[in-house]
Amino acid sequence: MGAAVASVLPVLDAWATVDDATQAVEKILGNQKATVGRVTLDIPPLVENGNLVTMKVSIQSPMTEADYVRAIHIVAEGNPLPNVVSFFLSPRAGRAAITTRIRLGDSQRVRAIAQMSDGSFWQGDAATLVTLAACTEV
Amino acid sequence: MSKTSRTIVTMPTAAKKGEVLEIRIIVQHDMESGFRHTETGQRVPRDIIRDFLCTYNGVEVFRVELHPAMGANPLIVFTTTATESGTLEFKWSGDNGYASSTTSTLAVT
Repeated sequence: MGAAVASVLPVLDAWATVDDATQAVEKILGNQKATVGRVTLDIPPLVENGNLVTMKVSIQSPMTEADYVRAIHIVAEGNPLPNVVSFFLSPRAGRAAITTRIRLGDSQRVRAIAQMSDGSFWQGDAATLVTLAACTEV
Repeated sequence: MSKTSRTIVTMPTAAKKGEVLEIRIIVQHDMESGFRHTETGQRVPRDIIRDFLCTYNGVEVFRVELHPAMGANPLIVFTTTATESGTLEFKWSGDNGYASSTTSTLAVT
């Protein structure tokens, strides 16, 4: 038990790097490529408190049965874990626009990757400066 | 964190057919990330909501996978199209057996 805990802790302690984020993105994409565009990610450029950051992601899509956004993934490069949240939509959403509140561990670039109903991937990103990072308090 | 927690859903009660509704959901939850330590250096174990599901008359219309980077008391604002009168059910589930749900009725004309 003790050994198991010891082997798990260092992994949790390690801060994610841009490489980890790239790996997380590759896992989402499979062997496909994401094209830059259609995805708009709104995060304040200067964040006072990383514990609660309002984020809005919207995707240009007609949201019809033939052409809609299937999934939206948010990936943060500077967080302990790169995956932030994943949304799964259907044509019944009407609009592909979602607002939520996330935690940011550091000043960083946040990426949004959208998968369309035809299987193609599109991405957008936003850079932000975080004054007080999440995860720092005791 | 208590197993039962408050959930707030803000959405219209009536809509025209085909109208796109905005739904705001908030659930009371600490979303303990698992990266914080107590004063004695002990790690606070992770305790988060992992999944959110919205069904419209039993049909899944929106689903979310949450990770520790979601802020405390998760807020999600999303949309759905009014198709028929009925019930929308919102379900959250997470670590340590956390589960909560709430419903809203919608009249479509």
